[in-house]
Amino acid sequence: MADLTTTCAGITSPNPFWLASAPPTNSGEQVHRAFDAGWGGAVWKTLGQPIQNVSSRFGAIGYRGTPGVGFNNIELITDRPLEANFREIAEVKKRWPKHAVIASLMVETREEWKEIIARSEDAGADGIELNFGCPHGMCERGMGSAVGQEPKVNERITGWAKEFARVPVLVKLTPNVGDIVPHGMAAQRGGADGVSLINTIKSIIGVDLDRLVPNPRVGERSSNGGYCGAAVRPIALHMTAALARHPDFRIPISGIGGITNWRDAAEFLALGASSVQVCTEVMLRGYRIVGDMIEGLNTYMDERGFQTLDDLIGKAVPAYSDWGDLDLNYEIVAKIDANTCIGCQLCMVACHDGAHQCIHPSPNAEVRVPVVDEAECVGCNLCQIVCPVQGCITMEQVDNGHGPASWNQHVEEGAVLRAKKGSHG
Amino acid sequence: MKPLAADRSESAFEDGKPAYTATQAAAEANRCLYCYDAPCIKACPTAIDIPTFIRKIGTGNLRGSAKTIFDSNILGMSCARVCPVEVLCVGDCVYNHMGVPPIQIGRLQRYATDAAFDKGWPLYEAGPDSGKSVGLVGGGPASLAAAHRLRMLGHAVTIYESRPTLGGLNTTGVAPYKMPAARSMDEVEWILSIGGIEVQTGVSVPADLSWAELERRHDALFIGIGLGPDSRLGAEGEQLSGVQGAVEWIEEMKLGLVDLSTVRRALVIGGGNTAIDAVRELRGLGVPDVRLVYRGQEEAMSGYRHEWLAARKEGVSAHWGTQPVAFRGEGRVQAVRCLKLDADKRPIPGSEHELEADLVLLAIGQGKLASLVQDLVGVGVSGGRIQADSRGATGRLGVYAGGDCVNGGKEVVNAAAMGRDAALAIHEYLSLGA
Repeated sequence: MADLTTTCAGITSPNPFWLASAPPTNSGEQVHRAFDAGWGGAVWKTLGQPIQNVSSRFGAIGYRGTPGVGFNNIELITDRPLEANFREIAEVKKRWPKHAVIASLMVETREEWKEIIARSEDAGADGIELNFGCPHGMCERGMGSAVGQEPKVNERITGWAKEFARVPVLVKLTPNVGDIVPHGMAAQRGGADGVSLINTIKSIIGVDLDRLVPNPRVGERSSNGGYCGAAVRPIALHMTAALARHPDFRIPISGIGGITNWRDAAEFLALGASSVQVCTEVMLRGYRIVGDMIEGLNTYMDERGFQTLDDLIGKAVPAYSDWGDLDLNYEIVAKIDANTCIGCQLCMVACHDGAHQCIHPSPNAEVRVPVVDEAECVGCNLCQIVCPVQGCITMEQVDNGHGPASWNQHVEEGAVLRAKKGSHG
Repeated sequence: MKPLAADRSESAFEDGKPAYTATQAAAEANRCLYCYDAPCIKACPTAIDIPTFIRKIGTGNLRGSAKTIFDSNILGMSCARVCPVEVLCVGDCVYNHMGVPPIQIGRLQRYATDAAFDKGWPLYEAGPDSGKSVGLVGGGPASLAAAHRLRMLGHAVTIYESRPTLGGLNTTGVAPYKMPAARSMDEVEWILSIGGIEVQTGVSVPADLSWAELERRHDALFIGIGLGPDSRLGAEGEQLSGVQGAVEWIEEMKLGLVDLSTVRRALVIGGGNTAIDAVRELRGLGVPDVRLVYRGQEEAMSGYRHEWLAARKEGVSAHWGTQPVAFRGEGRVQAVRCLKLDADKRPIPGSEHELEADLVLLAIGQGKLASLVQDLVGVGVSGGRIQADSRGATGRLGVYAGGDCVNGGKEVVNAAAMGRDAALAIHEYLSLGA
């Protein structure tokens, strides 16, 4: 069994699976049950001046019958008294000394930050996370993403927190920016021990077409909310990797955004996160999902010979390259396995309408297995993506006689590129 | 048209495949791969664009879904229930090649078409009046499909039916666990709702109305007269009470009450789909001992395998390689004298034996009605079937035919396709002739 012991920004936990600051970490009773189920850490539902929430609060999108592919909320920070939250944090820490309990915080003034950090530490929090991310409600009051979108404000408040805190400080970043790097750097300059990303993406989840009111509906109105769930994962992976590969960014990352299972978590680790945080999938399926996450990650690491998380963390970062450095002479083509092909011809219509018109009907009208014109196939993957049969379409490398040559090498050194394909003359 | 009797034996049956709920329909629709140039379309005699109608269920465009179905097959509601989908569209679903349960196309089609009936969406209206008139002889699926399409194209149509009701075997013959007669009547009403389809029931052609008169009244004719009465064995004692044609008995059971209170053992002679329907219906109505008597072996049955397996599950047994030769009884049948046949269907000497029975249904085929068209010079007849080309044209100008009287007895969906295609051919004929 691999060792899943985690240290992220100086915060340790038995495994890298933390609950993100959200409804699943709203109370001590919940966090007890979550740790019972196997979660390694919990970032408490953001503490600050308790607010009043609206009804309803959540919205979701489905796709071809799968509900909750994307999710959004217009809920704010904790609506429970701070005393109750701190008492429960203390109770949780007493019972679970080795698990990570991180207090997510959101207040306005320097004095308020000083006070709430002190109370968090008194309660036994292992770390604090500065919520600079909420894209709804709190930002209208000058907090949340209103802070996270201004590097100077981010840096200043992070500096306050570091001035007051003895435990590690994580800064939770908003994705509602053009480039994440200046914001991660601002947190680093402020002295943060690490960053958490991403918070939710500013969104309108949909429209009630009967009433012509956006969702989630609050009476006859709605508001933009924070988008999360499986559909945001690629955005979160990119932002994680963008910081992880930046030569000047050196602090740890707690990865967040659309993690639903061990595989998703492993991808974040490979792109540089040293812990991961999960919310939406727990909201949709419960704390029990963590059992498979631990077991699946363990099995994967054992199979790969990874003994500790350090053997995995960041290992895919070097392969994240600029487009200009990709090898333009690398060539793959689609191969269709006639034995497992079921003849749905989704690859053919996708190639014809959405790619490069190189998959054709079999010349034998009795045969439904399409034929790839390898001379025109650009190796785009679309056919493999739409194929419903696992392993039926493979993308296989062909030797075209050319050595590697990137665009940058072509421009700078005159490297020779292979002939273009898929343009049909 | 005469309304159905209130009390009908068929009412004892429940839906074999109950209607989908909205949740079930969405779940099944979303499973569909939306194949390109899909095999299920090719397997459908009316070529319904199945992936498209299923996708529309998935997106919540139920009205569009129903329209997609009806555009190809105006009898899509009954076909959803009565089609042998296992050997047509569902049988060709690509999921079968993947070891995954195929899409339940019939049940989805029922979901969409039922919704159209229930909501009363007016999906079609008659075309502008062409000034032409078409007479349709027979009021079954082929004629109904033809009549509706002809109305869409603006032609005046009149259906002449010898029975009191329309719908043909959809009304009188479909197994009630697939569709009760009342639902067929709903369909007839829905088809007629396009307006302008004149219906004359109780009119037999040519007995009550000659072909010459029909040709005088109309610019074109469509013949969809189906098949004739049940064939008889011609065996001794066949006239005994309790020996009856299966199609005739099914019609009595569907449209009225059949008394089975004294029937302990029923035999059904035959190996086709009518025979299988009859044994399942007898079992369903509580006859304790129901047996099939077939002169061939089990694997040689012409009835659908899945239907026979269902019958066996319901407790029906069979005597294979068995040929009835005479019926014994006093007034009412008591036993059937049979011979065993060898693999080449030759009698095995000394194999004569008796099977007790107090009801015997003959399901050995139906007679052909082609003799009815003998006055129509030019309309070819072969093996009792009316000869028509792939679009329904007979050898007589302006006379078209389709359905069982042409194909010898196939599915409702085949009749629906033939009626529709003949209507298009008639339209061309009438347009060119103008």
